[in-house]
Amino acid sequence: MLEIRNLSLSIPVGGEHILAVSDLSVSLKAGKVLALVGESGCGKSLTAQSLLRLGEFQGVNKETGDILLHGQSLFDVSSEALRKIRGGVISMIFQEPMTALNPVFTIGSQVLEVIHLHTDLDKSTAKQRALSLLADVGLQDGEALMQQYPDSLSGGMRQRVLIAMAMAGEPEFIIADEPTTALDVSVQKRIIALLRSLQGDKGLGMLLVTHDFGLVAEMADEVAVMYAGEIVEYASVTDIFDKPSHPYTKALMHCRPELTKDGKLAVIAGNVPSPGDWAQGCRFAPRCDLATATCSAAAVSLDAWQDGAHQARCLRVGES
Amino acid sequence: MSSKVSVLRVSQLRKAFKGGGFLQKRQEKIAVNDLSFDLNKGETLAIVGESGSGKSTTARLAMRLLDLDAGQVVWGDNNVTTLAGKTLREKRKHIQMVFQDPFASLNPKMKIVDTVGEGLKVHNPSLSKEQRRIQVAETLQLCGLGAEVLDRYPHQFSGGQRQRVGIARALIVEPEVLVLDEPVSALDVSVQAQILNLLQQLQADKGLAYLFISHDLSVVQHIADKVMVMFAGFVVEEGAIADVFNHPKHPYTKALLDARPIAHPNQRKGLQDIQADEGVASEGCAFALRCPFAKDDCKSFDMQAKDGVACLYPL
Repeated sequence: MLEIRNLSLSIPVGGEHILAVSDLSVSLKAGKVLALVGESGCGKSLTAQSLLRLGEFQGVNKETGDILLHGQSLFDVSSEALRKIRGGVISMIFQEPMTALNPVFTIGSQVLEVIHLHTDLDKSTAKQRALSLLADVGLQDGEALMQQYPDSLSGGMRQRVLIAMAMAGEPEFIIADEPTTALDVSVQKRIIALLRSLQGDKGLGMLLVTHDFGLVAEMADEVAVMYAGEIVEYASVTDIFDKPSHPYTKALMHCRPELTKDGKLAVIAGNVPSPGDWAQGCRFAPRCDLATATCSAAAVSLDAWQDGAHQARCLRVGES
Repeated sequence: MSSKVSVLRVSQLRKAFKGGGFLQKRQEKIAVNDLSFDLNKGETLAIVGESGSGKSTTARLAMRLLDLDAGQVVWGDNNVTTLAGKTLREKRKHIQMVFQDPFASLNPKMKIVDTVGEGLKVHNPSLSKEQRRIQVAETLQLCGLGAEVLDRYPHQFSGGQRQRVGIARALIVEPEVLVLDEPVSALDVSVQAQILNLLQQLQADKGLAYLFISHDLSVVQHIADKVMVMFAGFVVEEGAIADVFNHPKHPYTKALLDARPIAHPNQRKGLQDIQADEGVASEGCAFALRCPFAKDDCKSFDMQAKDGVACLYPL
């Protein structure tokens, strides 16, 4: 189990640190996919990167909270142990397959590098391992592929190579940050099928970071909807689609164009606020049709709604 | 609309790029092949297809931002195929472009009033500075932005507001046609709907024609009247949006539609093919390598469209 407990993160903006994620708690379980959904700037990628303590390289500070891997704090481990955890226990798949591979090394040398990092295999066994990893992600002609450089591969092929590299250390958990956003729709579908089959076959716990409800519908077991640095709704995937409870979740569901064949699309007035511009009390209140003065009076807590598994951060939950 | 007025017509466009380069064999890559369409006043024509299919190249050819190898481009009554320099620039008032990335397409050092007003300097040079400012304010208002933004800089805006500025900048010279290259794909979902509504409102008010380039089929289905599906530089299918989306005839169109994201978790399918499948055939039907219905004679098919479909065995 990989748990985030009451995590608050701040980012450097012009000399000071501004809160970007506040008091966030979620847990990843083996064999389950948790989707972290939200629009740009809501803190979902920061949260995902914090699971590998990657944000520190960009000056992100942990203000409060903890991250526990099987009960052990990731903030207490040595840097040597942390290196083993990265890729060996928790792996990451990034959004941009175009930039995540090094253009001056062959695919083979980049895949082999990861294998050598996580195993003691000799040269020829490592190569066999590389070929079988590539085959696992649907790349059949591995021998030829290993000689090639990234620029001769399509976006979908590169994403497959990156997925193969993420699997090289046989991780228990995968963090996938918008894994299909940069790909063509027809390629997306197959990458989704691939991720689903790998995740299911190996019983991986997955954190899926996305703004795309189509991807959520395809892959998630549970969904945490984020807005302005905090979770506003947490529920099973069917509950999120069948009975979204927070006004923000409802509004997001409504403004998808596939639901409106003709006429005007439903909109959410205003814009997503940046960290530092969050409203007092309920942070969604300025854009919410249901908001009253009480909503902005004090911070709203994330509370169980209906049965205990469905949580929403809203004083007027259930009203419409 | 009772009578159709053509505002943008292209016929038999062809464009090839020279590939290769340093230490590699130079070879020609056909980006757009024998492409024709006619866009009427008040209409939206969408071009869909995956990256590398030639949809952005088509837009740039229609804008005359790229030189064509063959074919014709007609803006309203003006054949602009061979125009260049000042004469072409004067005609540009007819057709304007809105880009995908509102962050990259605005000059960070220019105030909004100057960015949006720039087109007026070229197309209406007799206006005084004050007159220009008034006209900019009016156009911004049409796009949902108040006069208080005139003296601000792009970094003070959100993505959605910047796209409104991008649309205002295109509209200021009162064009007949807007070419929109992925205008909402960089925006948050909640803001995307605002911009799509704005585009539909402007079209209804001004009778604008849109050439709308997108990879998002849900957006296209919502906004377009007609659609062209491109694959590897060829138009594989075209027609009215409802016909093409409800009854796709080309296997590629069907594959694209089948790949649309599902709307609810209960639509999940069981075991699916996970193998890589991205090739483009260099001879015959370009889609043949990926087509589940391909037969031997597809390898020599010249991809000529018949009744709006370029396929030997339409569905």
